[in-house]
Amino acid sequence: MSLQGTVVGITGNLVKVAFDGKLMQNEIALVDLKGQKLKGEVIRIRGNEAEVQIFEDTKGIGKGDKVEFTGTLLSVQLGPGLLGMLFDGLQNPLNALAEETGFFTPRGHHIAPLDLNQKWAFTGTAKLGQSLYPGDCFGTVPEGRFTHKIQIPYGLTGPLELVDLRPDGRYNLTEPIGTLKNQEGETFELRLSFEWPVKKAIRCYEERLMPTEPMVTQVRIVDSLFPVAKGGTYCIPGPFGAGKTVLQQITSRYAEVDIVIIAACGERANEVVETIKEFPELIDPRTGKSLMERTIIICNTSSMPVAARESSVYTAVTLGEYYRQMGLDVLMLADSTSRWAQALRERSGRLEEIPGEEAFPAYLESMIAGFYERAGRVRFKGGEVGSLTIGGTVSPAGGNFDEPVTKATLKVVGAFHGLSRERSDARRFPAIDPLESWSKYQGVVLNQKRLKMAGLLKRVNEINQMMKVVGEEGTSTDDFITFLKGEFFDSVYLQQNAFDEVDAATPRERQAEGFELVENLVDRPLNLEDKVLAREFFNHLRQRFIDWNSLTFGSEPYKAKKREILNLINEKSQGHGKDL
Amino acid sequence: MERIYNRILQIAGNVIMVEADGPKFGELARIESAQGTSLAEVIKVDHNQVFLQVFSGTAGVSTQDRLKFLGHGMQAPFSPSLLGRIFDGKGTPRDAGPNLADSLIETAGPCVNPATRVLPSKMIRTGIPMIDLFNSLVEAQKISIFSSSGEPHNALLARIALQAEVDIIVLGCMGVLYDDYLFFKEQLENTDAMNRTVLFVHTASDPVVEALKVPDLALAVAENFALQGKRVLTLLTDMTNFADALKEIAIIMEQVPSNRGYPGDLYTQLAQRYEKAADFKGAGSLTLVSVTTMPGNDVTHPVPDNTGYITEGQYYLNGGRIEPFGSLSRLKQLVNKNTRSDHRAIMDAMIQLYASSRETEEKRAMGFKMSPWDQKLLLYNKLFAQKLMDLEVNIPLEGALDLCWSILAQCFTPEETRLKSELIAKYWPTG
Repeated sequence: MSLQGTVVGITGNLVKVAFDGKLMQNEIALVDLKGQKLKGEVIRIRGNEAEVQIFEDTKGIGKGDKVEFTGTLLSVQLGPGLLGMLFDGLQNPLNALAEETGFFTPRGHHIAPLDLNQKWAFTGTAKLGQSLYPGDCFGTVPEGRFTHKIQIPYGLTGPLELVDLRPDGRYNLTEPIGTLKNQEGETFELRLSFEWPVKKAIRCYEERLMPTEPMVTQVRIVDSLFPVAKGGTYCIPGPFGAGKTVLQQITSRYAEVDIVIIAACGERANEVVETIKEFPELIDPRTGKSLMERTIIICNTSSMPVAARESSVYTAVTLGEYYRQMGLDVLMLADSTSRWAQALRERSGRLEEIPGEEAFPAYLESMIAGFYERAGRVRFKGGEVGSLTIGGTVSPAGGNFDEPVTKATLKVVGAFHGLSRERSDARRFPAIDPLESWSKYQGVVLNQKRLKMAGLLKRVNEINQMMKVVGEEGTSTDDFITFLKGEFFDSVYLQQNAFDEVDAATPRERQAEGFELVENLVDRPLNLEDKVLAREFFNHLRQRFIDWNSLTFGSEPYKAKKREILNLINEKSQGHGKDL
Repeated sequence: MERIYNRILQIAGNVIMVEADGPKFGELARIESAQGTSLAEVIKVDHNQVFLQVFSGTAGVSTQDRLKFLGHGMQAPFSPSLLGRIFDGKGTPRDAGPNLADSLIETAGPCVNPATRVLPSKMIRTGIPMIDLFNSLVEAQKISIFSSSGEPHNALLARIALQAEVDIIVLGCMGVLYDDYLFFKEQLENTDAMNRTVLFVHTASDPVVEALKVPDLALAVAENFALQGKRVLTLLTDMTNFADALKEIAIIMEQVPSNRGYPGDLYTQLAQRYEKAADFKGAGSLTLVSVTTMPGNDVTHPVPDNTGYITEGQYYLNGGRIEPFGSLSRLKQLVNKNTRSDHRAIMDAMIQLYASSRETEEKRAMGFKMSPWDQKLLLYNKLFAQKLMDLEVNIPLEGALDLCWSILAQCFTPEETRLKSELIAKYWPTG
């Protein structure tokens, strides 16, 4: 019989419960409200009163309502069938919920995350009598185009002996498919799925590796100037309207990884809808299958209960770790980590904790660090390698990066894509500020070239500042040409039209080709006598280049347009530099 | 069981405390004082202590006033006869019409399941080029007008209400001047639009707490109309007053303030209201346009800042015009691909050029010599402001697009516009 308690106080989503017995921190509690079970998590225990944060609307709860403590931590169900799903922050499948409850998400209504009756074709791979450890694979089922590895639950302690394994065949998630025995002789039944607490990182691997391989996002400014590595972390802070979400949507679509997990955390519902409606129809060019088959969406939009926001990012990262265990490259996108931080702040305020900077709790930094540290490229026993990359957006108050969440995030990530209001106002998308952003990873372009271009952009900025003071007429023609070169690089290479079918995604090879072309122009002294001529030339060239950007890679018109651009450049160059 | 209490133990600000043993969180109570009766809502329970916020304020409330718990939360009147009616922040009539106490609905209901939402795809035409062309309003969108004191935001809101192609309008006013209320009423009555409008009005002279309930009432009514298949436009003015009312209660309740005195859950409180905007599959839709005044014209103030992160864009009102910078509609991309093939491209090109023209304008102000290119930009700047930005301009989208091409042709050569050659061939005015 599980521990019972009684409600004695309530403010917002925080319920004070009197209890008598053994209670665990972070234990899940269910408040009984006229038969509806409202889920919550114990977040503080003082004497015989526990404070429980409720994941659902608390209207109508009163003193004396009964509470049941479940003895378990907040967990997710891991197993085949997760791909393509849309969950809320507590892993309720929203499509199944809609069938039962219609337009709205009423509280106290919980559904099993995965379809328990669906049968999966299981093939055993382990031998009877084999000694196994948590995380070891003992069989597989096909899930879409992936081979889903069925693993020994992470919570057990090895070595464990496999004493029974059912023959290959079709099983659902609840049927036992094998038995393990530990050294004390206790036995455990194996199933296709098991549960794991979301706040505990899965560490069933041999070692962590350096993230060295670039994760190609097909966004030129990212891959060429501020790359992200597989198993790395990056953040995208930016004021509202600067295009954080669009950038994440593009990344979720075109990133060259196996699996994408999107955590829409405290953001707008319509943005999630865009993904839900569009992904099933979009074809992943790498596999020829629908994009939804490689995607999981965890959605706790801004109007959904605040407390579940925190669990949504942890749910997402846990699912990411689970698929990494199968030797896959996983990308997890969290939009936005600031909303999660705000949820922590609300909770901290209700607990009347001593506030830190801007009323965020003092433990904010360590929580953010702990979250990003769950990313990584790891090697498993068999030598297989898997990676989990985490990209989080940050929504700094007032667009000012000097605030606690941005500061704490910048300390722990490997790449920083800062979006700027100036660039988005001028419709220079993606609005990643090339002067402020940085990356510690190796991208698709050699570091030396990358630094050269970054240097050019700095120089252009200086010239631009100077021109504001001395005017165009006070600027030397050489400086002016350098300025135009930088502007050219910006407008044809760094800017990308997300709504143009071709320009939206630039594969690695095309980036190399485009980058080389621009680099060549930048390196060359140009034969332009005055500023008017120079501006005309660059306008002309830019027009060709922008047209080139939307031509299909490798097609005849593409090649012809490239020749046209080359001729233009050769015509104006003073014979120095190599002819292209 | 009648639950009546007549011993109030604490009165601080607009919050009172009684000792009671059964009230639920969010439950309403009626309090009878020498000043008349008022509603109050339970906002905290701690053992036997129950804290309530009093809607009409606590001035005149005594320690021995009668307090009766009603057993339900905040409700809104709802029936077809609601149209043309005006209510206050408690949901009681402000006009001469009858009380609609027999058909009530719960307010602040559960949130919409994202899986049942439909992707917004229908444009709402307003005839205002700065909206239709540059930041199209989309059905089921939530968008705010960022404004500051002295700007004609209420006039703009009224114009959107009158010209937008929708079935029903629900207007919620929080802390507006009485004159503004009269202005809205007059505008609506003059044009017959009143027959499809419901008003919930809280003026600056009403008790502050009542402002807190206006959005919930307006949105509950709007949502129910939408569920009946109506296309509803909800207008809320001014959300900054709503946020200030939240701040007031939070401070009385001794909550730790997070930013300039606002409570830490400001984002959540605003989002819960704004997210009511939705397109219901097989039923109607709820579109939300609000006004957010920026104290000190500061967009980084917590209210506009949080709002910006919640809403799907904003119209930035400055100097009596909708600014092309800062204004933004997240959803416009979903509709402007279906209007005319040049819509998207021309929108971006016009804004990029306008950004350059602003820089030139600054240079000119500082006395620099203007190059021929600068001259072109200056002309462009002038034409853009005159022909498109002026709030008086009233032309359909197609007319506005043609106007853009003609402005571009007047100022620039095709190559200077950065537009794709294909579009230039199709639309560039000849002769």
